[in-house]
Amino acid sequence: MKYHIPESLAISDSGFLFFARTGETFTLNQIGKEIIRLMQEGLSLDSISTKLIETYDVDEITLQKDLHDFITQLQLHKLVEEQ
Amino acid sequence: MDLKKKYERPVITKNYSGLMNKMGSATLTPPKTEICSVPVKRLVEQYGSPLFVMSEAGIRQNQKNFLRIFKTRYPKVQFAWSYKTNYLSAVCSVFHSEGSWAEVVSEFEYDRARKLGIKGNQIIFNGPDKNRQSLKKAISENSKIHIDHFDELFDIIDITNELDISADVAIRVNMDTGVYPKWDRFGFNFENGEAWNAIKRIVAQKNLNLVGLHTHIGTYMMTADAYRIAAKKLASLFMDIKKEYDIQLEYIDLGGGFASHNTLIGQYLPAEELVPSIEQYADAITSGIYDVQMRPDEMPMLILETGRALVDNTGYLISSVIANKRLSDGRRAIIIDAGVNILFTGFWYKHKISVAQDSGYHTEEATIYGPLCMNIDCIRESIILPTLNRGDQLVIEYAGAYDVTQWMQFITLRPNIVMIMSDGSVELIRKAESLDYIMQQELIPEKFQKK
Ligand SMILES: Cc1ncc(COP(=O)(O)O)c(C=O)c1O
Repeated sequence: MKYHIPESLAISDSGFLFFARTGETFTLNQIGKEIIRLMQEGLSLDSISTKLIETYDVDEITLQKDLHDFITQLQLHKLVEEQ
Repeated sequence: MDLKKKYERPVITKNYSGLMNKMGSATLTPPKTEICSVPVKRLVEQYGSPLFVMSEAGIRQNQKNFLRIFKTRYPKVQFAWSYKTNYLSAVCSVFHSEGSWAEVVSEFEYDRARKLGIKGNQIIFNGPDKNRQSLKKAISENSKIHIDHFDELFDIIDITNELDISADVAIRVNMDTGVYPKWDRFGFNFENGEAWNAIKRIVAQKNLNLVGLHTHIGTYMMTADAYRIAAKKLASLFMDIKKEYDIQLEYIDLGGGFASHNTLIGQYLPAEELVPSIEQYADAITSGIYDVQMRPDEMPMLILETGRALVDNTGYLISSVIANKRLSDGRRAIIIDAGVNILFTGFWYKHKISVAQDSGYHTEEATIYGPLCMNIDCIRESIILPTLNRGDQLVIEYAGAYDVTQWMQFITLRPNIVMIMSDGSVELIRKAESLDYIMQQELIPEKFQKK
């Protein structure tokens, strides 16, 4: 599965997210920022998980659950579209 | 071994202009990784979760401090530990070893104090429900019986006549101290003369020794001035008895009721900023007594039955995260393994809740629910917390008063309670309940028994 991040969305290194389309701003933690960056690069959800498991001390089930929750949040704020 | 980065759940929070900076709102309290220098992780590994933790040093420090504050203002002071606030034997033992008497409100509590070796004359027996059997026992063991109503007074007269012994008694007095609700359901009223009537009846009895006057004006009292009024009324009654009957009472007892630093639900400011200090309560009480003219040698002993203010901050409840959830509107919810069945005071307090491990700077508003399958099982409606993973711990502070006496077993078993001793060692002071312990009280009618 793949998610599309709209063009009008900008993130700073500190995790500050500005969504130009609505003028809303958000705050991301480090890993949240990384996930959005990977999505912007066009990676699929599967490759994102694989990458995160390589970098972080986390088991697959926990990560899947948390990713699912994170994406639900993104959808709620209309920051991603499913492709 | 490759070193992986510490994991934290990914989170995103919306900023509302003017409310938060770009870091999100800051973590309010630093993580509490240790209780009295003992790591929370180690406590959980050894004793499980949830876990109540009491601090011996904390109790001693509070009791010494309160005693000092009162003794520097009044010559004769005696504390009597309010059993209902926390009657774990280990906790009571610490208070007794600091010189406190016992204040009990039922036969169950009375027997607990006796089992701990407290002599009858150091037990104050309060409460509206003293059955005949408990009165007989308490009278013959010479305890101080604080009479709540006329029916009880007649029971006592009857028992002392029947056994031909005498009883040391006081009356509980209720009064208008300017605060609402008025606690006028306990004891005899001051303003309408009921208290004086009770006194007249008592002094007319050859077997009754009137030794004191008692009041307990309420709990979590937010105004110290109510105590000045109460102390003055009791002291004037004390002098009236002296003038009218030439009886020198041993003591006046101002009960409990000082507020702890637990913030009430609905209070906006933290309790520390709202409630009077112990010094202010002490000033109010002693100035109320001094308002009534008496010679130093005739001043009665001042008894205090302080409960929550002495132990609330010496108890902790460690709890673990069972699950992270989203509510239908996207709000974050955390389910923890301690519910309102064991954190009974969660119904009226906003306890201080800290995470027990280092976590990221990113915080998010959340609701904390307990594990009970009930809608009322909410530990905190709204709190700002960093992200938490399953199995992470929270430390709920100010859980030393009323939780381990008012708790309910409900759908699960009550957990271990440990005490961190003054020397840093950890002792189990109440074992977690077992299914057998609960079920041994039940009987199955013959016809339901499996052959
Ligand atoms: C008679 C009496 N004394 C003392 C206390 C202890 O009160 P607190 O915990 O508010 O200090 C109570 C509590 O209700 C009480 O009823």
